[in-house]
Amino acid sequence: MIADALSYPFFQRALVAGLLAAMACGIVGSFVVVRNIASVSGGLAHAAFGGVGLGYLAGFDPILGALAFGLASALGVGAAELRLRQGIDTLVAMVWAVGMAVGIILISLAPGPAPDLLGYLFGNILFVPAQFLWFVAALDVLIVVVVLLLFRRLEAVAFDEEFAWVIGMPVAALSLLMLALVGVTVVILIRVVGVILVIALLTMPAATARHWTDSLAPMMALATAIGAVSIVAGLFLTWGINSVTGVDVPTGPAIILLAALVYGLSVVVHRLGSFGVRRPERSPTA
Amino acid sequence: MRPDPRTSVVELRGVSFAYDDLPVLRNVDFELLEGDFVGIIGPNAGGKTTLLKLILGLLEPDEGSVRVFGRPAREARGMVGYVPQYARFDRTFPIRVRRAVAMGTLGRTNPQVEDLDDAVSRALDRVELSGVADRQIGQLSGGQLQRVLIARALVGDPRLLLLDEPTSSVDTRVGRSVHELLEELAREITIVLVSHDIGVISRHVGTIACLNIEMHYHRSKDLTPDMVEAAYGCPVDLVAHGHPHRVLESHPE
Repeated sequence: MIADALSYPFFQRALVAGLLAAMACGIVGSFVVVRNIASVSGGLAHAAFGGVGLGYLAGFDPILGALAFGLASALGVGAAELRLRQGIDTLVAMVWAVGMAVGIILISLAPGPAPDLLGYLFGNILFVPAQFLWFVAALDVLIVVVVLLLFRRLEAVAFDEEFAWVIGMPVAALSLLMLALVGVTVVILIRVVGVILVIALLTMPAATARHWTDSLAPMMALATAIGAVSIVAGLFLTWGINSVTGVDVPTGPAIILLAALVYGLSVVVHRLGSFGVRRPERSPTA
Repeated sequence: MRPDPRTSVVELRGVSFAYDDLPVLRNVDFELLEGDFVGIIGPNAGGKTTLLKLILGLLEPDEGSVRVFGRPAREARGMVGYVPQYARFDRTFPIRVRRAVAMGTLGRTNPQVEDLDDAVSRALDRVELSGVADRQIGQLSGGQLQRVLIARALVGDPRLLLLDEPTSSVDTRVGRSVHELLEELAREITIVLVSHDIGVISRHVGTIACLNIEMHYHRSKDLTPDMVEAAYGCPVDLVAHGHPHRVLESHPE
């Protein structure tokens, strides 16, 4: 049955895309989780829709528009947080709504019936176009290079932004870079695996990995592994259910539920304290 | 390296600073020589933290000049260590003590540390935390955490150490151990300790300055009643009351 699944090109692409996505999400998601900015990823995913509309109206590939809007929103949110002292959650909600509104208006201005533009945002892991694998591979290379080059600095800013500022580190630039990484990751992966699966992969594996590691780099590796296992298990499980019973369980949601199950089990086992790193209570410091 | 008391570490001349229209420092002159251990007391909003930020080069004065080791403050940042009031970071953050301390070398103008592991080990040794170097940061007690912050400031081998109320978030016993540690460090390094607790400060530091928008400093450990009145605007006996060692002594002049 497994060999059977692997003989289908669409299944092979889903597997490769899933593993590449797990790596991007394991690394970037660890930053998202330790900085507690998961809402940013949801906001940027939707803000990117404005770019889809622009690409459609102006006649270029909507994914480029989505990338531009996603990046601009990430930098805009980051800069506004630094300059205006506005809470990031409020800013994210605003770019979320504005991006969608811009997209809808631009699409309505275009002549003729609108195609299924939401499909540009809400991809499906079982229908990954072959050329998109290269996008995701390039994304992984970008993330690995940036994080390898700047790991200590990104870690320091994520850990203690105020101290980083006091000792003269370029905190604003590093924070914006981190948001830009989140933005690019989200925009590329939503086209490939769908927005819901991206948000799940950015948060659940990293949150699970955090239970069992006391350093950021191992957390990223473990999060990547947990994401990869969830994806592979989800793909084969839904394939297996379909070939045995004929019931068609959607793969993306199955992967999400598996990742959530792993997180839930991790919480329970960790709480029981049978092994792993002892964790302190969250401190009430201001 | 023994401190040389002829070397000027910090020199403020006629420094004024205001946030918008709110004056925080007015015409402050302040000189710190190598080997000094100065406690700066004064009320909240009296300009203590602003003074530290000026010395760190994070703020520029509206008037006057700030020189640190004879250079503009920004250029001397690599020689200055900073210890914040309390750990503002998330204690559940996945980072070990050793890495958190190593962060002290990441400042832009810090001297290149040749062997980071070795520098971190020495800094941890100085604050007697070698035993917990590989623990996750949240597994430390409050006092140990405060020492981590000091080690992080020491890791770049600074010649000046600035501490902003380093014991305001820990209990008295821990506070005392931190102050004893500072007394020891003060033999090798110039220290500025900001606090609002006159009693604690007077037991440990070499000299005391009062700062309440204006600076009152005579390079002495004695507080005159007028200094305290000027700094706090409150009756002096309130401040002197209840400390085993009388803070206020008769002033020679």
